[in-house]
Amino acid sequence: MEFDFAAEQPKFLMLMYGLVAFVAVVGGLLLLLDVVPAWFARRREAQLVAASASGAPIPRRRKPREGVFALFFLLPTLLLLAIGLVVPAVRTVLLSFMDQGSNDWVGLRNYGWMFSEDSIVRVLLNTLIWVLLVPLVATTFGLVYAVLVDKARFEAVAKSLIFLPMAISFVGASIIWKFVYAYRGDGQEQIGLLNQIVVSLGGEPKQWLLDSPLNTLLLIVIMVWIQAGFAMVVLSAAIKAIPADIVEAARLDGVTPWQMFWQITMPSIRPALIVVVVTLSIATLKVFDIVRTSTNGNYDTSVIANEMYNQAFRYGENGQGSALAVFLFVLVIPIVIYQIRNIRQQREG
Amino acid sequence: MAFARSRQALAIAGVLGLALSATACGTGDDKKSDTAGSAECAAYEKYGDIDGKKVKIYSSIREIEADRLAESWKQFEDCTGIKIDHEGSGEFEAQLNVLVDGGNAPDLAFIPQPGLLKRFVDSGKLKPVGAETKKMAEENYPADWLKYSTVNGQFYGAPLGSNVKSFVWYSPKTFKEKGWTVPTSWDELIKLSDQIAATGTKPWCAGIESGEATGWPATDWIEDLMLRTQTPEVYDQWVTHGIPFNDPKVAEALDKAGTILKNEKYVNGGFGGVKSIATTSFQEAGVPITTGKCALHRQASFYANNWPEGTKVAEDGDVFAFYFPAIDASKGKPVLGGGEFVAAFNDRPEVQAVQTYLASGEYTNSRAKIGDWVSANNKLDLANVPNPVDKLSVQILQDKSSVFRFDGSDLMPAAVGSGTFWKAMVQWINGKDTATVLRDVESGWK
Repeated sequence: MEFDFAAEQPKFLMLMYGLVAFVAVVGGLLLLLDVVPAWFARRREAQLVAASASGAPIPRRRKPREGVFALFFLLPTLLLLAIGLVVPAVRTVLLSFMDQGSNDWVGLRNYGWMFSEDSIVRVLLNTLIWVLLVPLVATTFGLVYAVLVDKARFEAVAKSLIFLPMAISFVGASIIWKFVYAYRGDGQEQIGLLNQIVVSLGGEPKQWLLDSPLNTLLLIVIMVWIQAGFAMVVLSAAIKAIPADIVEAARLDGVTPWQMFWQITMPSIRPALIVVVVTLSIATLKVFDIVRTSTNGNYDTSVIANEMYNQAFRYGENGQGSALAVFLFVLVIPIVIYQIRNIRQQREG
Repeated sequence: MAFARSRQALAIAGVLGLALSATACGTGDDKKSDTAGSAECAAYEKYGDIDGKKVKIYSSIREIEADRLAESWKQFEDCTGIKIDHEGSGEFEAQLNVLVDGGNAPDLAFIPQPGLLKRFVDSGKLKPVGAETKKMAEENYPADWLKYSTVNGQFYGAPLGSNVKSFVWYSPKTFKEKGWTVPTSWDELIKLSDQIAATGTKPWCAGIESGEATGWPATDWIEDLMLRTQTPEVYDQWVTHGIPFNDPKVAEALDKAGTILKNEKYVNGGFGGVKSIATTSFQEAGVPITTGKCALHRQASFYANNWPEGTKVAEDGDVFAFYFPAIDASKGKPVLGGGEFVAAFNDRPEVQAVQTYLASGEYTNSRAKIGDWVSANNKLDLANVPNPVDKLSVQILQDKSSVFRFDGSDLMPAAVGSGTFWKAMVQWINGKDTATVLRDVESGWK
């Protein structure tokens, strides 16, 4: 394979455009955020200097100004939220009550379809399995790891190892794991790590991704592998933030490590734990790339996001796709409400 | 401090200025080249004066194939001064929907599924072709082919490339060594399979894993067997839902395919048992033929591009294909095939001119000369088709005794043809019984 730079010129040009556009937009925003407050600060400085020079009392900040100032910062966010989130969400809800071509109203038919079609019920069940298992396993793993490596000799190295998969995209990770699960017939050279291990232990190679529900569990492993690092880093920081005098006092009272963990560590890091579980739950509800890359939802492994994409964009079933999207949205709401309540309580506490 | 701040701002402003000036360098617009008006351009006079216009084409054709496309219409571009801007995407079907819904439809799209084409017609997005294009298409293509892009009596696009799917790949070298002969009937094919199986080699290899499209190679098997176990009329009823998807006739075809695909003695050479068909990628599926681990692989003409580098594809080479034989030869030669249609979302004169040109004999031959190309266009000169498998495909397409039928899953609504049908095939290979998978597809077809 010869790689000819000249022939690929348009692609490089495209790449350059992208970079330039990125620099222009981000740079522009930085400039704006840098210049505007600086200008305000300078004016205030000038006022203060003038005031102190003339010996007059220092002018009070005027409240309405601050409102304008806050609005200036909020406006782009509100605008982008409206364009990118509010309008599409409302439109999706409307589409979910219409037929496949979005021409006529069909009432709740798409929702009825969702709960009566066996294959879709299977999809909902799979999503449930994902949401129950991923946050639980990833958080547990991250927590245990964080406690174990805390103050150990090679803490930094050990943490980096677990954190590394975070840097890999879901699609990339799925491809890596697809190789791990790869199958070649008995008596042939195995290219999959898992089957190679099985064969060297004297077993028969197996097609891991074919049998439900094992295949869903194997896909869940991929997500856990990616997300455990995130859980570990947040929880490790929380553990380090436990006040030293509490730990000291507990030690003087002569607690066992086991008691230490349940009586001291766990209550202290509870807020961080909740943040991790909530974040992972929402991320898991939206899982799409892992399933699509590994099995494309075949062999009973499909999840809501994958099915939604197929229905809306591949089969042209806008109504059914939107209904799935709305359902996903509804599932996220309680988690978000719970999280908001938690934040409130912490503020008051 | 204040000084440092303004310096920073200056630096950022400088970068910004650079960035903006870099993006401002546009390209000059393309004008007719100097060759315009010369003798070889005489053929393009008829497309009228469309100099300096641009036509956007969107398709699923990428990489080397896309380069060949660009080469094939270069002369047309030079002579007419039109600029054809082609973009290929691996997510063509899904992205085309997004583009059209978002109001960014391309001028032309090469749509390989008549079912998808019909969907765009139903939503009022496609423009019927102009009179010129229609005339050109009617002159150059068999009436059968024009039917696929005709919706409610309106004609929406001429065919472009085609492929023949009723092929079985084999290794002429190995056949010669072992003294096997190319079968010309279904019975001979089964005899040969048994003969090969008796030597300890699994005769067939297959693979239906294809990313998002996993399952499609198995649908080709079923379609081919529908054409062989039933009449073409029943096939037509099946793809238009005239008979239920779980009709006994369909079950018969599926079971017939199962006598090979679900037979542990026959498959899956070089990969494992029956179930390994589901996880073997379609690109790799036939490769064991080159190492002698398998002898037969039923796949379309385009599989020629998937052989390992250095494999000679020829009648006396490492690999070649024979026609997937009929069960009852007295009913003619059933041929399953596919192809794409040039549909238009805009009807500006330059778009119509390109549409007309792509349907012409000049274009077909210009593209054929570059290689790896088959078309049902009757102006296609066999001498212009360099590679042997393509030659064989063209011969089959132009053969009067061929009963041609378009790939069924491409004719069905997308929710079936690229949804439940594919998924059902995967489950069927994975052990589900015929009746259940057919009922699943039927229940999802509204």
